[in-house]
Amino acid sequence: MTPSDTPWRASSKTRAGTFVAILAVAVILIGLVLPGFASRRLIQDLFYILTMLTLAQIWNLLAGYGGLVSVGQQAFVGIGAYALFGAVILGGMDPMLAILLGGVAGLVLAVPMAFFAFRLHGAYFAIGTWVIAEVTRLLVAQWKALGGGTGTSLPRAATSDMIGVAQVAELFDVRTAAARDILAYWIALILAVAVIAGIYGLLRSRMGLALIAVRDNPEAAKSVGVDVRWLKWAVFLIASVATGVTGALIFLQTARISPDAAFAITDWTAYVIFIVVIGGIGTIEGPILGVLVFFLLRNSLADYGSWYLLTLGLIAILAMIFAPKGLWGLISARSGLHLFPIRRRLTGPLPERGEG
Amino acid sequence: MIWLDTIVQGILLGGLYALFATGLSLVFGIMRLVNLAHGDMIVLAAYLILVLVMTLGLSPWIAVLIAAPVMFALGWLLQRVVLNRVLGPDILPPLLVTFGLSIAIQNALLEGFSADSRRIPNPELEGASMALGPINVGVMPMLTFASAIVVIVILNRVIYATPLGRSFRATSDDPVTAGLMGVEPMKVFAVATGLAMVVVTIAALYLGTRANFDPAIGPARLIYAFQAVIIGGLGSLWGTLAGGIIIGVAQTLGAAVNPEWQILSGHIAFLVVLLIRPRGLFPRAYD
Repeated sequence: MTPSDTPWRASSKTRAGTFVAILAVAVILIGLVLPGFASRRLIQDLFYILTMLTLAQIWNLLAGYGGLVSVGQQAFVGIGAYALFGAVILGGMDPMLAILLGGVAGLVLAVPMAFFAFRLHGAYFAIGTWVIAEVTRLLVAQWKALGGGTGTSLPRAATSDMIGVAQVAELFDVRTAAARDILAYWIALILAVAVIAGIYGLLRSRMGLALIAVRDNPEAAKSVGVDVRWLKWAVFLIASVATGVTGALIFLQTARISPDAAFAITDWTAYVIFIVVIGGIGTIEGPILGVLVFFLLRNSLADYGSWYLLTLGLIAILAMIFAPKGLWGLISARSGLHLFPIRRRLTGPLPERGEG
Repeated sequence: MIWLDTIVQGILLGGLYALFATGLSLVFGIMRLVNLAHGDMIVLAAYLILVLVMTLGLSPWIAVLIAAPVMFALGWLLQRVVLNRVLGPDILPPLLVTFGLSIAIQNALLEGFSADSRRIPNPELEGASMALGPINVGVMPMLTFASAIVVIVILNRVIYATPLGRSFRATSDDPVTAGLMGVEPMKVFAVATGLAMVVVTIAALYLGTRANFDPAIGPARLIYAFQAVIIGGLGSLWGTLAGGIIIGVAQTLGAAVNPEWQILSGHIAFLVVLLIRPRGLFPRAYD
């Protein structure tokens, strides 16, 4: 082949990337048919893993790529969940449709939150988001129609008549309670895939390029015309909508809500941060690896109560000191693997060599 | 008269919040580090005082004298061993490390002391009150407020009139140049964190003797402290006291209207100040 045949091209394609794409399709297909033969317990565990993975990917987009270290993500989980409960209990809406309303609620909360929090920088931004999450929790606790501070449950009729429950019950020959779990699991699977694909797509777009440029060097990025402020707003709003939807889905599955559970900083922000930090911040692979480690730790240390959280906290500290790029960072540095390639590499007239 | 009483109680409560906030303000001013475990450190110090009082039968005022150097050493070690390794232009590592520390301290305390709420016994002064013009105020709240003022006066003296303070200010302004002048930033940081932990111990004494505490209350104290610092403006300790007073008065006024609104009205006061004066009331440091 003569050099002129193959012009220089910038491409983010890697061999591992192509392999992963095929593998991902296989995993998704298996995931979709899994309820046919898996136990209800496994389906519930997978639901938890998938929703935590979704939250972790969103937080990673905010903090790892957008430089927005939010400690107030529980605000969006909570407001999304409460929007669902409000629409179902007070408005008689079908819970399936009300999940989308969770995203709308997230967006509505995100605008004032960003307005206030973006006045603060760096570390102060983090605590600012936390304060606003607390304000939201305290305000929602005043909402007497939804049980105030003690919370409320979804009426059984609403969840068993939900769109799709009867069909799923018939398809797998299970009771409505199990059918609800399967349905919630499918949505969680679709949501996780959509969020990962969405973030991957975003990072490969012009906007993603701008984001990474800002993360790596804000001054240089500004000098080539990146509008940092707009970019931060965009990332924050996207993340809020996605978190609101996830929150609505999580509490649809639980069918019971209270301000303390829906706005819990430990469950919806601390765990999520640990997943991302242990797995590897600033990569798409990191949270996936992180959520698996997190789940294994949770299962093996579940009987030890507070020891579990103590261990998680210490692991996060050690990870940040000795492996700031997390487990995936260690693996990636050793092997050169990029499962979700977003970096553009120059390929050109030289004979192509295999890339990891 | 009831309103005057409420406002005075609020001002005195502000003294407690200023004590929570002073350590945070000091550390941020010198090394631009926000310690998310600050509230949990206060609770940890309160348990340390409690243990000294319960096992050695000491008066809490003596116990704090023993606890303060222990907390200084703890702060110094924490800075040298952990925090100095993650300080840098990227704010993410110190934030995440202190967040991990916050969760670790909370759960270690939970394991050691259970979730029961405790209180440092203080029989002589508990419930004691004195007349201040037309209203009665508690002796403990008065002492808290006075301590806040004393702590701020001493810290300002240390910062502006001692060689140690000069190295603090130099490192805060420009660590590299300070290094050229023979100041070792990493050592200065360790001393600063140790000093902040001494203030934390004093705050813990009042936290633990005035009300019940349990391992989970740290994060809320961090939030009040943070609000006081932001309202006051970064880098000004007197501003931090003013911030604490604003939060305290807002909380007691809110509580007087409806007990459920106490915390909420403090948060709202913070947001209003943030809206009107995003850099706080008395900003000194630029960051």
